[in-house]
Amino acid sequence: MNATTAEQASAPVTGDVLRSVLLAGERPSRPGPVLTSLTFGWRALLKIKHVPEQLVDVTMFPIMFTLMFTYLFGGALAGSTQAYLQFLLPGILVQANVMITMNTGITLNTDIQKGVFDRFRSLPVWRPSPLVGALLGDLVRYSIGSAIVIMLGLVLGFRPEGGAVGVVLSVALLLVFSFCLSWLWTMLSLILRTPNSVAGVSMMVMFPLTFVSNIFVDPKTMPGWLQAVVEVNPISHLATVVRGLMDGSVPAGEIGWVLVSSVLLVAVFGPITMVLYRNKK
Amino acid sequence: MGKLAIETRGLKKSFGTTHAVAGVDLAVSAGGVYGVLGPNGAGKTTAIRMLATLLRPDAGEAQVLGYDVVRDARAVRSRVGLTGQFASVDEDLTGVENLLLLARLLGYSRRRGRERAADLLDAFGLAEAADRQVKKYSGGMRRRIDIAASLVVTPELIFLDEPTTGLDPRSRNQVWEIVRGMVAEGATVLLTTQYLDEADQLADRIAVIDHGKVVAEGSSGELKASVGAGSLHVRLRAPEQRAEAERVLAGVLEVQVEPSADPVALSARISDPERVARSLAELSRGGIDVTEFALGQPSLDEVFLTLTGHAAEEDAA
Repeated sequence: MNATTAEQASAPVTGDVLRSVLLAGERPSRPGPVLTSLTFGWRALLKIKHVPEQLVDVTMFPIMFTLMFTYLFGGALAGSTQAYLQFLLPGILVQANVMITMNTGITLNTDIQKGVFDRFRSLPVWRPSPLVGALLGDLVRYSIGSAIVIMLGLVLGFRPEGGAVGVVLSVALLLVFSFCLSWLWTMLSLILRTPNSVAGVSMMVMFPLTFVSNIFVDPKTMPGWLQAVVEVNPISHLATVVRGLMDGSVPAGEIGWVLVSSVLLVAVFGPITMVLYRNKK
Repeated sequence: MGKLAIETRGLKKSFGTTHAVAGVDLAVSAGGVYGVLGPNGAGKTTAIRMLATLLRPDAGEAQVLGYDVVRDARAVRSRVGLTGQFASVDEDLTGVENLLLLARLLGYSRRRGRERAADLLDAFGLAEAADRQVKKYSGGMRRRIDIAASLVVTPELIFLDEPTTGLDPRSRNQVWEIVRGMVAEGATVLLTTQYLDEADQLADRIAVIDHGKVVAEGSSGELKASVGAGSLHVRLRAPEQRAEAERVLAGVLEVQVEPSADPVALSARISDPERVARSLAELSRGGIDVTEFALGQPSLDEVFLTLTGHAAEEDAA
């Protein structure tokens, strides 16, 4: 226990002051779901402020991947690193975002183990708001990750034809998808006992999901059965959309696909998460 | 007896094959402190979590302030405060951020929330630590911020789950003062504890629970009366005299005398304190040297031994 000596000695509770505090307790009207979710989002931001180390995954990871893949495979896959970067960057943006959503589950699992979640659950607020708020806070992390990848890309020579509008739109869509995908991790974090097991299972899901896609290479060279898998992988569609928007085209059908899969993710994993959350021991 | 703050009938909760709470009936009147006394694993925390709507009972009913904990969970939540056994504030945030967070969630405006947080920190002697992360607080400060967090909106009923476990005596006294202060203002406090003296000091009525069941209920005086006056602990100079001493004590006290693990120690639960002096005189007359003796209040172990026929420790989960 890291006792802080000075305050230990400071005046403890005095009857009169305590009395006035107890008597002064007003009963404000209960805030709605949006305000409580945003308040929990504010908590997530405070945690970033106090524990900035937790931004390592959204900063180092995307930088590492962008540099590694561009310079290791660029020449072999696309003839030159520059040509590959043009193809890879939107994909790596998707991968970086999707990978860092995993941290949501790991953080939440650690968080829920602590007593503070008992307090949240004993408050008269909209029940999903602690989880929704945590995910809203994560949107800030995803935005930071995206900004880093894009800036690094621009420095390395990536030139989006779609301009600022295309870039912003693709990031917005990416955030929507990431928010929805995160409900898979919230569910896992409520099922599995330790943050380590959450990390392990998430990796097992995430690696095939991001690699068996069109993020790194054109699937044309893959065997037919694998192409079929890549074709149904929502990550492929997301990468196609981000590529399209950054390239200045608007792949409406693909955008629809991404939005539908986003809605499905929430519709399936959201309610399961809430049932698990309500019955959490 | 006023109206009931808490009423449960046949409350049950099992985890797999463990019957954590195996049919608890409680009637807690409003105002004052109600103590739930029991060893680790007795089901205290599970019971409190059901009453605070965090766990759904498997069977039975529970009303808190007149509202059913399952059907009217939200009404219950808006009227009770919970301070869990483990830090129920966010350790990464500062003291003031924690209180402001709860104030905002409970509907305070940003400005009023800040004022309320400052008032609470003042009242709990934490003003200077307001801007420090809770994880840097000492154990006693952490407990105080925990309790303060339950009072952001003054609750009608406060659950305190083992509020002093692991605290030094000074911090423990501070927590006791807070509890007394809350009760003086008309709050009802349900507190769980492993310590008989804590229940004794604070609680108007006590339920002793073991293996998920209430094994005794009453005021601390009533419980003690059922246990006996306490116990006599004697240490001898020579271990080889212990058998003889045991015989002498048993003869005078007319109760069973238990040899302790310590080869020179003996203890006996006594019903009549008058006989203690006589028994010691008897030992000295028999040439048995006593190096130490003590007359203790009944301990939790003894309460348990009497009420359940087994020691509290064996229950420890």
